[in-house]
Amino acid sequence: MIEKVATGRIRSAADFETAKSAAIARTGKLKRWISVCGGTSCSASEARLLKESLEASISKHRLGKKVGLRRTGCHGFCEHGPLVILSPEGICYEKVKPEDVPEIIEQTVINHNVIERLLYVDPETGEKIEQESEIPFYKRQTRTLLAGNKLIDCTQIDDYIALGGYEALVKVLTTMSPEDVIAEVKNAGLRGRGGAGFPTATKWELCRSQPGDTKYVICNADEGDPGAYMDRSVLEGNPHSVLEGMIIGAFAMGAHEGHVYVRLEYPLAVENLGIAIERARERGLLGADILGAGFDFDVKICRGSGAFVCGEETALIASIEGRRGMPRPRPPYPVQSGLWGKPTNINNVETWANVPVIIRQGADEYAKIGVEKSKGTKIFSLVGHINNTGLVEVPMGITLREIIEDIGGGIPGGKKFKAVQTGGPSGGCIPAQHLDLAVDYESLVEAGSMMGSGGMIVMDETTCMVDVAHYFLSFTQGESCGECTPCRIGTRQMVEILAKIKGGEGVPEDLVRLEELAHTIKATSLCGLGQTAPNPVLTTLRYFRDEYEAHVNEKRCPALTCTDLVSFEITDKCVGCQICIDECTVGAITGDHKQVHVIDQVKCMRCGTCHAVCPPKVAAVAKNSPVKVMVS
Amino acid sequence: MTDTLQAVTRITEKRGRDRSSLISVLQDVHAAYNYLPEDSLEIVSRQLDLPLSAVYGVATFFKAFSFTPRGRHVTSVCLGTACHVRGGAPVAAEFERRLGIRTGDTSIDGEFTLETVNCLGCCAIGPVVVMDGKYRGHVQIRDVGSLIEESGGRLR
Repeated sequence: MIEKVATGRIRSAADFETAKSAAIARTGKLKRWISVCGGTSCSASEARLLKESLEASISKHRLGKKVGLRRTGCHGFCEHGPLVILSPEGICYEKVKPEDVPEIIEQTVINHNVIERLLYVDPETGEKIEQESEIPFYKRQTRTLLAGNKLIDCTQIDDYIALGGYEALVKVLTTMSPEDVIAEVKNAGLRGRGGAGFPTATKWELCRSQPGDTKYVICNADEGDPGAYMDRSVLEGNPHSVLEGMIIGAFAMGAHEGHVYVRLEYPLAVENLGIAIERARERGLLGADILGAGFDFDVKICRGSGAFVCGEETALIASIEGRRGMPRPRPPYPVQSGLWGKPTNINNVETWANVPVIIRQGADEYAKIGVEKSKGTKIFSLVGHINNTGLVEVPMGITLREIIEDIGGGIPGGKKFKAVQTGGPSGGCIPAQHLDLAVDYESLVEAGSMMGSGGMIVMDETTCMVDVAHYFLSFTQGESCGECTPCRIGTRQMVEILAKIKGGEGVPEDLVRLEELAHTIKATSLCGLGQTAPNPVLTTLRYFRDEYEAHVNEKRCPALTCTDLVSFEITDKCVGCQICIDECTVGAITGDHKQVHVIDQVKCMRCGTCHAVCPPKVAAVAKNSPVKVMVS
Repeated sequence: MTDTLQAVTRITEKRGRDRSSLISVLQDVHAAYNYLPEDSLEIVSRQLDLPLSAVYGVATFFKAFSFTPRGRHVTSVCLGTACHVRGGAPVAAEFERRLGIRTGDTSIDGEFTLETVNCLGCCAIGPVVVMDGKYRGHVQIRDVGSLIEESGGRLR
């Protein structure tokens, strides 16, 4: 009987305790676990082969009864992937290749020796660090939501249960009323992690108070901001935490059906979530009469089809209903009339994943982390010109400097920090003088940006802010659904002006026109996409106006990025090694061996390859702006 | 019964025949053919009892759906923000130049399709290019020629 409960349907709180003990016993039975990161960056670097190779080696040495192997979600330290963690010691090996596997098994697993060459080296001290938890990148984070990622194989629901998963659900269904749950979430101060930061409990309360028996909850996993992959990592690495949050939320609001809307580009998230849903159903944690408490709830997955605007809640709902993903005016808000006209509550992946943490820890404990108006932790994807690209989870209120310098390890190549972009295409660029800004909802908005879903793109001095503004505007322009005029036509106008400035054809009035257009689009667009689209332009104009002026007045790109305004020239430092001649893809460079080479400015595409391949000790290729066209 | 009719019928039976199934039906049809053949849309319209205009409306709205067959070798250049600041756009331009096609197009002989994508979420290895499903990290302009060669596709 106990055996049955341990792996079968859980029908009561007592059953759950039995199942939990069994899960702990099962994962604890093996003396050693090897976790291979299965996140996208690591997978792209052939982590799949790595796991197969580990499996083969484990069976070759007949270690199957002693050593467990997990392919987990993203560990976050993507810059150093593929990562392999060996517990119980917590040894972290970085940049592991399939050919390293025999050594790992023979040296570390069998003989308990640490392989020095696979350890992380602290660039500041030159010291090799053995324990994952001692690596500065991890040491300075507060990992709550991501803590489980390296310990959970999402195909194994037991991995999640053994870590305390679904305990919050048991607590809710056996000891709490829906009102209690909402009060707890309210006291915890949870705010939406999708960007705007609306208080979650307020939305839940509104949804609960709506008349009618049919209500829906939706998980917005249409994570479309370029450079942001937090939600994907939670969904891929710890899908049960999101499901548990949704079940608890549904209970609080009186909903019996949930939908998870997943971005098209995330097939692994769909796969892992699908497996998690199946497992949860088998164990009676989803479906009819959950835990024997008389509450029914089930979840469906809906795959997106490549429209950024579907991250907007009314567009997302239209898309689930099988219509074009276009937003509609609010009110009525989805909480009044959402999916199929019924009250609907939409929260983002990370918001849902916070819910079980709040219930498990209690609101007071949860609210100890963070600052007055922003509680708990926030996950950011720290990318761009940064040494430690990866996912970081930090307490709200931490400064940008701590994230970029302490956790991110600063800017590579000795370059200077220029700006950090937060909030995706709706956010803005924050310059160096604001690096000590606290990361919370209000401070970021004050600086002209926003929290957004959590993309944090670091840019060094080689980044042109006009080019960045043009990049984001082109993105939103391309994603504009075309329904309302300000967004459809206004963003196009802005892109055209920015392209003109980038190309050296701008006039001073263009800056005035850009600002006018920006304010009009913000004030009059129908949905969040249009209302926030001008932000990247407004913040760059606010903090980097001189750069726009250099493009317009002097026809010069100070960051040497805009190809129409730069030129390359080979100086007399050239030793005539002919490397650039071989590498130039358009054959624009000529010159004999040991003779100074010459670039044909007409053929040159200004791609910068010659500049990149010229040996650093020679450094004969000069990059100039303004353009110096050599007429022969 | 034509092949398309058979294939689409199987899909609509599995996904259900109400309006909310439309997008997943189109996704499955697209997965089966790598594009949306014209006759498949007519069949979907009949089986889901929706006007053909509604089916086209949805199919043209979402970027995932193509109305022309894609090439034998598909290249996606990531232009997410992290890849952009690390030089993704010049890489995409080099692919356009070498393949002789614009982004979003397929070469006339059906050999290559060139696409861009707004973030694949593996920013640590950017600029990223996915060729025939295989991820390539830290791609520079000068790597483009050899990547095309490795794909085995034939340049005209």
